[in-house]
This record gives sequence, C-alpha cells and structure tokens, in this order.
Amino acid sequence: MKLIVALLLIMPAGLALAAEPSEARQKEISHLVRQDCGSCHGMSLAGGLGLPLRPEALHDKPKESLVATILYGRPGTAMPPWNPFLTESEAEWIVEMLLKGQF
Amino acid sequence: MRLLSSLFAALFLLQGCANAPLRGTGDLGVVIERGAGRVSIVETSGRSVLGQVEGLGDLSHASLNYSRDGRYAYVFGRDGGLTKVDLLAMRIVGRVMQSGNSIGGAISQDGRLVAVANYTPGGIKVFDAATLELVADVPALDEAGRPSKVVGLVDAPGNRFVWSLFEAGEIWVGDFRTPARPALRKYRHVGKEPYDAMITADGRYYLAGLFGEDGLAMLDLWNPDAGVVRVLDGYGRGEQKLPVYKMPHLEGWAATGNELLVPAVGRHEVLVVDQGSWKEAGRIPVHGQPVFVVARPDNRQVWVNFAFPHNDTVQVIDVPSRKVVHTFKPGKAVLHIEFTPRGEHAWLSARDDHKVLIYDSERFDLLGELPADSPSGIFFTHRAHRTGL
Repeated sequence: MKLIVALLLIMPAGLALAAEPSEARQKEISHLVRQDCGSCHGMSLAGGLGLPLRPEALHDKPKESLVATILYGRPGTAMPPWNPFLTESEAEWIVEMLLKGQF
Repeated sequence: MRLLSSLFAALFLLQGCANAPLRGTGDLGVVIERGAGRVSIVETSGRSVLGQVEGLGDLSHASLNYSRDGRYAYVFGRDGGLTKVDLLAMRIVGRVMQSGNSIGGAISQDGRLVAVANYTPGGIKVFDAATLELVADVPALDEAGRPSKVVGLVDAPGNRFVWSLFEAGEIWVGDFRTPARPALRKYRHVGKEPYDAMITADGRYYLAGLFGEDGLAMLDLWNPDAGVVRVLDGYGRGEQKLPVYKMPHLEGWAATGNELLVPAVGRHEVLVVDQGSWKEAGRIPVHGQPVFVVARPDNRQVWVNFAFPHNDTVQVIDVPSRKVVHTFKPGKAVLHIEFTPRGEHAWLSARDDHKVLIYDSERFDLLGELPADSPSGIFFTHRAHRTGL
C-alpha cells in the first residue's frame, strides 16, 4: 500500500518530466506556433482570422479542450488538426506555454 | 550670423540634392521583413538591396499598395499600423495606428484614397493618401448589427472599393467619388465565410473565395443589378477536404486570358475556370495545397507555392498544356512569388532561410539571392498601375 502511494506521488512528476519536449524540439515548436499558427492567429498571437491565443483569451478555457483543439482541430471551423505534426505531450506543452504567454 | 547660417544650411541642402543622383522608381520594390518589423527597398535591374526602413511594427501578414507615382508604399501591418514609406528617401513619411488588427488594403483609382481592411473592429477605414488623415469609416455590420471581419478589399473603376464580410457572408461595394460620404451597396448572403477575394485585371469581375462551402461568389461590376452569383458551385462535392494549414491568397489568382487559375481550398489542386461560362474547365494536380497561384506577366506560365507542410516547394505550370513543367525546392517556407514587370525573373521569399531568391523564369536557374530577416511579401512598383493590386 505504501508503495502504491509512493508511486502515485511520483507519477505525476514523472509524467510532467516525460511531457517536456527536448530543447531543440521546443525551439521547433515555438517557431511553428509563431509562424504557422500565426498565419491565422497572428504572429504575436493577438488574433487574425483565428481567435487570439494570448493568456487572457485562454485562461478560462479547460486545458484538455485546448489540447484537443490543437490535436484534432475544430470541425466546422478553419482550425485544422495538428496531430500529424505534434504529439499529445507537445500539444500539452504548447497549451502550458500559451497560458503563460511565453511564445 | 543667423542669416549666414541659414544660408549655409540652404546651400548644404541644395548641394545634397545635386549629389543625389536622380532615378525613377519603375525598377524598385519592397520586401517585407516580418521578423524585424522592417522593409527592404530593392531594385530589380541590378538585383540589389538599396536600404532598409525600420519601425513598421508587426508585419506578419503585411501587404502594401503603391502611390500612382510609384514613389510611396502604403504598408498595412497586422497590428493595425498604416505606414507610408518613401522609396527614394528610404524613410517613413507618415504612420497611423488605425485599428487593432488589420489584414490589407487598397488604393483608389485616382490615387487619392487608401483604404484598409480591418478585423478588429471589423470594417474599412479610408485615408487621404497624401496626409493619412481619416476620410471615412465604414463598420462591417450585418443586418442584425453584428460585426464581421473584412477580407478581400480591392479597388475598382469608378473610384470604388469592394470588400467582403467573413462572418456575415456579404460583399459590399462603396462608391467613393465623394470620399466622406461613400454610397454603399450591400450584397447579403453571398455564401459561407468568404476568406479572400480578387478582382480581374480589367476591374470587371470581383470573385470571393468561400471557406465554408465549395465555390466562389462572383459580382460582375458592369452589371451590378444582376447581383452576386455562385460559380464553381460545389466543385468538390462529395470529396473529403483536407485540413487547411494556411488559407490560400486570392490576390495572385492568375487570369490568363480566357481562363482563371484558382487555388482549390483543402485540395492538392489548381482549378481552371473558363471565364466565358464560369464553369470548371479542368483541374491540375499539384504538390500540396496551393497558396499563391501567380501568372507570369505573359500568362504563359503560372507559379505556385504551397501551404505548410509543403511550403519548401514551388511548381511551374505551363498554361497551354496545363502541365507541371518544373518542380523545385528553393528553400524553407516559401511565402511569396513576385515577377519583375515583364516577367523575365521571379523573386521568391524563403522565410526560414532568411533569403530572397531570384530565378530566371525561362531556364529556372538561380541568378542570385539577397539576405532578409524572415521575408514574406515581395512587391514591385508596377503594381502602382494595376487595378486590384
């Protein structure tokens, strides 16, 4: 039992570590967000044909739905699915960074 | 003493003028360096950069129009900035922050008015081309008073501007012969989500591409009472569209005499439209989803670039045979293609390689390259004399 508790305690930290993309990959993703997401959302992410992606525009939205929007797009809108190019943990990292305003 | 010094100053100025060699602007152009908020002034005869002008703000998705004398560029920034740049003096001569978020603009037939298409707040604003003073403000509100983003703003003969409302699905024509009191004509329910538009070189047909459905909304400006008609209605009916990672741009739609070449939305195809019947006359399979489809000035060729993730490639279509005759990879993230006025060279911007590449348009060999910080749009001054550009 003690072991399980310990495992449970360790796991979230372990997951978070696993989720962090490598430094080189972070650079690539940041470029993708600014340039390619930016072609609709604006290079400064202040919005364009797509909605603004600044922290104040996103903070009240559930993280899981933001991650799902990145990975699977939003049917019926211009937002395409990015799962051919991004893993789930990369999408999670993007959401974290967007919420912190760090792109 | 004061007189003397001002005399000296005057002499100095005169001398300065005498030393600056006179030159025309017909072989000049502007390259947007979106990463640096800066533009490069280039010349196409010797293929060189003459200088840079800084301080233009957020230039992601920037475009520009030229004054009719080809001396000034009106640069439209994403952040709502409208900047007037003197190509000869290579400096900013006017700048206004006119909205929160803008997408492009147009200059009137008489050259006196510059109009800007805005997303936030949605609408167009019209400025005096000489002073950049606001002349007219036309919010884009639908019948229920809801705002729309404005896209596809162009000039048309009769000192008119024509533009489309993204959310509302409308096309508006504004007659600005009395600039402060434009006469508006609104065409409602033209189709779902017009995302960009173009006007044919003769200024007659305005065509808006629809994102929300397959087809184009077309207005014949010679017959405005005929209303907006749908062309290429459901050109891909029943076929699964691919996700779109970058919206096509329609400014560069190639009108090649009897045919119009159009980027298909969500498909790896260029559509051929017969301009007599406005029916689909063919499809040309290409390497990815086309973004710009640009005709060489002689209309013999059309050059195509592509959306992410195929944006390292450019293809050349031979118009008579409708075949891709050349495929090459000029660099990372090729964003724009611009031909020299008579088409002997094509200039391409490779954003992620930070280069502008210059190609011979007949033999396709690379003639030279110029450095630029994340270059996007390339605009040569011959646009000054073309409707819709």
